[in-house]
Amino acid sequence: MTARIEVEGLTRTYGGASVLAGVSLVVEAGEYCVLLGPSGCGKTTLLNILGGFADPSSGALRIGGRDMIGVPAAQRPTTTVFQDYALFPHMSLRDNVGFGLRMRGVGRADRDQLAETMLDLVGLTGAGGKRPSQLSGGQRQRVALARALAVEPDVLLLDEPLGALDLNLRRSMQEELKAIQRRVGATFVHVTHDQEEAMAIADRIVVMNKGRIEDQGPPERVYRRPASRFAAAFLGEMNFVPVTVAGGRYVTVLGDLGPAVGEDGAKLCLGIRPAHLRPGPGVSVEATVIEIMFQGIHRRVRVMAGGISLLGHLPLGMSAAEGSSVTLAIDMAEVTVLPGDA
Amino acid sequence: MMGGPVKRFAACAIYMVLIYGFIFLPVIVLVLFSFQDGRFPVPPLKGLTLKWHAEVLADEDLRAALLNSLIVALASSLVALFFGFLAARALAHSTMRGAALLRGALIAPMSVSYLVIGLGLLVSFNIAGVGLSLVTVAVGHVVINLPLCFAICFAALGAGEIQAERAARDLGASETRVMWLVTAPMIVPALLAAFLLSVTFSWDEFLIAFLLSRFDVTLPVEIWSLLRSGLNPKTNAVGSLVFLVSAMAFLIAELSMRRRT
Repeated sequence: MTARIEVEGLTRTYGGASVLAGVSLVVEAGEYCVLLGPSGCGKTTLLNILGGFADPSSGALRIGGRDMIGVPAAQRPTTTVFQDYALFPHMSLRDNVGFGLRMRGVGRADRDQLAETMLDLVGLTGAGGKRPSQLSGGQRQRVALARALAVEPDVLLLDEPLGALDLNLRRSMQEELKAIQRRVGATFVHVTHDQEEAMAIADRIVVMNKGRIEDQGPPERVYRRPASRFAAAFLGEMNFVPVTVAGGRYVTVLGDLGPAVGEDGAKLCLGIRPAHLRPGPGVSVEATVIEIMFQGIHRRVRVMAGGISLLGHLPLGMSAAEGSSVTLAIDMAEVTVLPGDA
Repeated sequence: MMGGPVKRFAACAIYMVLIYGFIFLPVIVLVLFSFQDGRFPVPPLKGLTLKWHAEVLADEDLRAALLNSLIVALASSLVALFFGFLAARALAHSTMRGAALLRGALIAPMSVSYLVIGLGLLVSFNIAGVGLSLVTVAVGHVVINLPLCFAICFAALGAGEIQAERAARDLGASETRVMWLVTAPMIVPALLAAFLLSVTFSWDEFLIAFLLSRFDVTLPVEIWSLLRSGLNPKTNAVGSLVFLVSAMAFLIAELSMRRRT
């Protein structure tokens, strides 16, 4: 029903170009893992290797303790929800969902019944007789999910499953995916480039860039304490302020930002989310407002302070004009200390 | 004032009538004079009769040839379709070096004249000691129709088919089941079109059938021997029947291709 995935030092090169440059990862059984990254970061290649659609150039892969290298897709305890759904257009929904069971020798009556149960699970009760061409994009997505889950895989792989849906539908499908995952208990590995989607559904986010894992962990940890500048910036807007440690304190163009972690002379970089640069308690920063953008729950402002451009938030009640001076404060408890290079 | 557009329309209409007339006149004349109430299929038309058609259907040699043609056309088209489909499926997926070359080599026979193919096969069969029969004719027709079947199947296999096959494999299907449960059903219109076009080409092919047959002959060869004894409305009648069958097969093929797009 569910299995642990262990990936060790996986690499993949295509004609000299390295697509995966040594990826190691453990996904616990029953976990909802999201592989997040920009296009070309290697996340889809990693998913293809998990599913048996591509071979790694080197490295190890075990699912449920079994070595998977060289095992064809058909014999793996994994199934995939493909990006473009890949439904069988010439079959009814019932036959689409029952296809995997048919391949496992389940008789017509049993698999029809199971298919209807799976269609129930994804909210398509009674639609078994329809053809894929009669469905909307969101419904096709559900059929693809039901088809992949019908064979009770240990691991379900989802390749940008919500990419083709409009925003509202995508948000509601996220909740459903998570609920279905809790119900069936299988390990889910989901690829996306949408960081909101990743944070909303993942138990574990794996941020990838250029064939490597930049950071991985629970969404909140990865968002609040990212391990790298890339991970920090990919999960949401972040101000990067270069600092030097001197006399046990952070010295920056914004002034002295308080007691430092790190040796004297170290060149570091502070990552400050715009939400933590706002009027209120913390280390004060005098800034000039450059640009104001209304965002519903607050106003996002671009300001100049100490000669660098920063993003901050202003509460709705606070009036500020472009060109005016404001006093903002950095919530140092929410600041991430990153290496100073680049 | 209205002269310009009207003249232009008239010119276009005349041009069109001439072009279509040029294309269809031979067929019309053939069919029309198959009803000639007289001994020669030449003008003037002396009246209409079904006598010649009845004579064709009563002629045992012609009936045997018609059956032979049908068997050769259906059998050779099935074989050509089977191998064409297999080759198309393999090459549609291949990222292998040289796949384009293999594809070219499969389609290239389309540009070789039937005379060359027929003579080449005749020599080959002689060397191999294979006697000429309807089987050798069918082999010849597989040679000419396989590239066609391959090209039509290959064009029908797109990204959608490849993705669906991937999904089927993921769900545990063996390669054979992927092929027969997913690939083939997805391109049924193309398979049907390829089959029927092959039937049409085989049905009225003369040169290869003439070179590679001996005692049992196909309809075009039988018609050719009829022609040697001179023109006769009976030859027109049998020609009309040949045309009717090809036209029907072609029409169905065309319709099934259209349904896809």
